[in-house]
Amino acid sequence: MTTTASPPTGAGNVRRGGTLYFGDPGMWSWVLHRITGVLTFFFLFVHVLDTALVRVSPSTYDEVIASYKTPLVNLLEVGLVGAVLYHALNGLRVMLVDFWSKGPRYQRQMLWGIVVIWLLVMIPGTYFMLERTISELFGGA
Amino acid sequence: MAESTTAIALDRPRSPRRPAARRSNFELYSWLFMRISGLALVVLVLGHLFIMNILDGGVHRINFAFVAGRWSSPFWQFWDLLMLWLAQLHGGNGLRTIIDDYARKGSTRFWLKMLLYVSMAVILVLGTLVIFTFDPNI
Ligand code: HEM
Ligand code: HEM
Repeated sequence: MTTTASPPTGAGNVRRGGTLYFGDPGMWSWVLHRITGVLTFFFLFVHVLDTALVRVSPSTYDEVIASYKTPLVNLLEVGLVGAVLYHALNGLRVMLVDFWSKGPRYQRQMLWGIVVIWLLVMIPGTYFMLERTISELFGGA
Repeated sequence: MAESTTAIALDRPRSPRRPAARRSNFELYSWLFMRISGLALVVLVLGHLFIMNILDGGVHRINFAFVAGRWSSPFWQFWDLLMLWLAQLHGGNGLRTIIDDYARKGSTRFWLKMLLYVSMAVILVLGTLVIFTFDPNI
């Protein structure tokens, strides 16, 4: 990591974006990368088990998959997609820092870049993922 | 005195009885693997999520018949197989690093890793079998 937490010794730290209470954005991007990676790994464990139900019987599989369509789980899916998307984008950023000669110099700009891309994908994405659930919940009929 | 001097004077790398080399390139390869697999997973997993959650009807159209339709094509079978192995090895390798980072006691580390490796093996074998033995007429 290029962003080791350094004690706040002067105004210089404020310019770097790190304060005693918030830390450097680079550190938070790494913490989030770790959390989203672990979360996805645990999801995958459950997901392979639920997919394996296709070997039990069609109706067993359909019953369990029906839970993916309930409002609460539907919302959790948006969270999962957001987590995987962040992990993927930040992973690409880490690779650019490692392999691209100008990567380290632009790592901060790339962090804001992935925030923008994440929002651009997640805003319409959330709409499409929840459209049906919301219209069924509030649209009546 | 002379004895110990000779012992010290022995150049370690030339000593015939130096301990077997414990250095390996494993961590380098694992670092590289995280990046190469990550690149492939961008396409595989983000593509999977887009198809499953957004494309025509998203999650609401998923059922046994849907899976049967997809796995009748070797393309999607291969896609899922590759995604299974890469995600499992990438995520498992990441978790190994995390265990090393946070587990302080040697025994805790050992048992957490055993748990990790066993669960990885179970998921890899089960997921692979499910793809290869899938029967649409069950
Ligand atoms: C809510 C989001 C998700 C939904 C609705 C979903 C849906 C599905 C479905 C219907 C299948 C059955 C096979 C097929 O039709 O291709 C499947 C298989 C699979 N999915 Fe997902 N998926 C989701 C997220 C993920 C994520 C995030 C990952 C990777 C980390 C993933 C990895 C896999 C793998 C590896 C298989 C093959 C399982 C096997 O070999 O038995 N999925 N998924
Ligand atoms: C979608 C594409 C993905 C990309 C581009 C990606 C990229 C990366 C990279 C480059 C690293 C290494 C970070 C470092 O060395 O500092 C990493 C770590 C990790 N990834 Fe992924 N990854 C992806 C998908 C996944 C999936 C599907 C899972 C879960 C099954 C996962 C779980 C993890 C974990 C647990 C770590 C370790 C985190 C840490 O040590 O802090 N990743 N990823």
